[in-house]
Amino acid sequence: MFEQYPVIVVMAPLLAAALCAVVRNERWCWILALSVSFTSLVGALSMLGYIDGEAGFISYALGGWIPPYGIEYRVDTLAVYILILVSFLATGVLFYGRQSVRAEIPENLQGWYYCMYLLCLCGLMGIAITGDAFNAFVFMEISSLSMYVLIALGRDRKALAAAYQYLIMGTVGATMYVIGVGLLYTVTGTLNLVDMGERLNPIMDTRAALAGMAFIIVGLSLKLALFPMHLWLPNAYAFAPSVTTAFLSATATKVSIYLLLRYLYSVFGFDFVANHSPVPAVMLVLSLLAIFVGSFTAIFQENVKRMLAYSSVAQIGYITLGIALANGAGLVGGLVHVFNHALMKGALFMLVGGIAFQIGTVRIEDMAGIGRKMPLTMLGFVTGALCMLGVPGTVGFVGKWYLAVGAIQNGWWWLVALIMISSLLVLVYMGRVVEIAYFRERPRGAVELSEPPKAMIVTSWVFILACIYFGIDTSFTLDTAESAVEILLAPKP
Amino acid sequence: MTDLLNQLNESLGHVNHWITIFLILAGLYIVVAKSNMIKKLVGLSIFQTSVYLLYISPGKIVGGTVPIISEGYAVYSNPLPHVLILTAIVVGVATLALGLAIVVRIKEAYGTIEEDNIYAQDWD
Amino acid sequence: MKRNLILRVLAKILIPTLLLFALYVQMHGDFGPGGGFQAGVIAAAGIVLYSLIFGLQETQKAVPPLLVEIGVPLGVLIYAGVGVVTWILGGNFLEYGVLDSHDSAHGQHLGVMLVEMGVLVTVFSTMIAIFYTFVGRGR
Repeated sequence: MFEQYPVIVVMAPLLAAALCAVVRNERWCWILALSVSFTSLVGALSMLGYIDGEAGFISYALGGWIPPYGIEYRVDTLAVYILILVSFLATGVLFYGRQSVRAEIPENLQGWYYCMYLLCLCGLMGIAITGDAFNAFVFMEISSLSMYVLIALGRDRKALAAAYQYLIMGTVGATMYVIGVGLLYTVTGTLNLVDMGERLNPIMDTRAALAGMAFIIVGLSLKLALFPMHLWLPNAYAFAPSVTTAFLSATATKVSIYLLLRYLYSVFGFDFVANHSPVPAVMLVLSLLAIFVGSFTAIFQENVKRMLAYSSVAQIGYITLGIALANGAGLVGGLVHVFNHALMKGALFMLVGGIAFQIGTVRIEDMAGIGRKMPLTMLGFVTGALCMLGVPGTVGFVGKWYLAVGAIQNGWWWLVALIMISSLLVLVYMGRVVEIAYFRERPRGAVELSEPPKAMIVTSWVFILACIYFGIDTSFTLDTAESAVEILLAPKP
Repeated sequence: MTDLLNQLNESLGHVNHWITIFLILAGLYIVVAKSNMIKKLVGLSIFQTSVYLLYISPGKIVGGTVPIISEGYAVYSNPLPHVLILTAIVVGVATLALGLAIVVRIKEAYGTIEEDNIYAQDWD
Repeated sequence: MKRNLILRVLAKILIPTLLLFALYVQMHGDFGPGGGFQAGVIAAAGIVLYSLIFGLQETQKAVPPLLVEIGVPLGVLIYAGVGVVTWILGGNFLEYGVLDSHDSAHGQHLGVMLVEMGVLVTVFSTMIAIFYTFVGRGR
């Protein structure tokens, strides 16, 4: 039974999504979705235990065809790290979100919402677990198509325009990825990622392989919202329902980052990418632009969800900065920041969703004075802001520390200064919300307020406390990131 | 002279790839330059069609026959690109259907499907 | 449009042919171009032609929306169900060879036929559902 875990983790959400489409009752769909997400989480955790204990990886042959002839599900430390992240977020957001879904989504569509949520979860788990290039495209499109639907169900009519823009840009990105895979398939003759890496060794500097690499990197950068291809992200996160934003902000871009890392280091090879290609230099420029442009634009936003979305663009810049540094410490920093940013942003968007549930709007000006009426929520927001700032003892600090160590190893002291300056920008845009919430009076005639429902408060605070816990006891995230980086940096066979 | 003729023959033999590149550029241009939402979806479809041609062209092995094992044939065409493209076609159809559904809802909500008008209405 | 004689005669000739051709393409998928997706689309095209000539209400009497709504997830459940059955019988997920304990090639044949049936059901229902949604919207 245990060997079937890789496929249970992916196929259980798919089966549950089909069942949700048959049973469209909101309560049963929520219960089914929550139990299936929890099953995936348990499966991912037991695979972690198996990998840490014995072998270095699990290889599962789908359909019984042995790799490289068939599709292989390959679970190593990096993959299981992402699997745990995605399923943990999915379970938490579902537990948090039932009241929010009932408030924001029309009644006859609530069952379908959970069906799309499960399809998205299936797609994201599939990308993380598969070892086949085209299978990754199929799961990528499964998750993307369900994401477009999840976003388009928002209350505001701008959600439709945002979903359309994301559809166009996301499909262009996925098609570029397929072009790249096609070029690599033509020169290597295989679709299995490990096998492709081996066969690319002698021909890495031919034109076809380089063109394939370029197409894949651009296609995946569109999906992970690297500057300047981030234009879909602010609108999509701002106008989607609160539950959608809480789930997507933490998982969608992270899984594309995982796929990019898998290609750059397991297929093309660390030596080639770091020393013989322009990838580190280009990524450095784009990451710095992402961090500064994202943070600056966040300062001038009126909508708190849009502000947090631009902040996500900046944080993705930190993660790709880890790739640009092209050494072990930088990569560890980037990978740790993947997990930590997911926790922080998930928690922050959950709190904002609670605020939206109570006051019905997400404009920052309308949040004047709620600090006294919703003390728990705003205290959580302040703690989340401190985590984003990178105060030592919170999760935000660990990633930035390792990025600074990586920068110093390369001799780039100016980069350390830039990282510190960008943290000050976080202070500006987060501090603005805190100031308006605490130090202004509630306007007269405003809606009477209380804390959001217990499920929302409890789950948001669990994530906030996880931010602090994983910042103090970094053993899980750091050890996993370090062993994942060891696997990535090892030379290809 | 024969060298030039050989080069010309070789590039004409790659006519499939020339068409692929033309379709990629045409599709991307339409997506970027047109502001009508349905025209953008058409451009996206053209862009995806170029991918099908890119995959299937190397699949036909010179001198190969239909990939079903039969006596007397040693060289078979590669069936794997066809399977991949079937999947990609289905994904393209699903994306197109979803895009059109969103455009129908946008028309009902905004009254127009020109992107410039939509952004002028809400994001000014 | 149903008062037009030419269209009615053509409909009587074409629509049954389209549905039969869809079944032919479905079964022929083992040996030539064909299979579940193509067959589903051809069958749906036949139903759409019927709706264009005779109107939406007649079509919804022939192919009720409830049937279509159940059909969409039913095909997915058939496909995944085959996977679960192979799993229970001891193989990996979707390892069709274990479906027939004596002859592995026969098991492959059976497995592919079952999943193509699932694909046919889902694709047919999805195309008809999309058509019903778009057409029913302007009323």
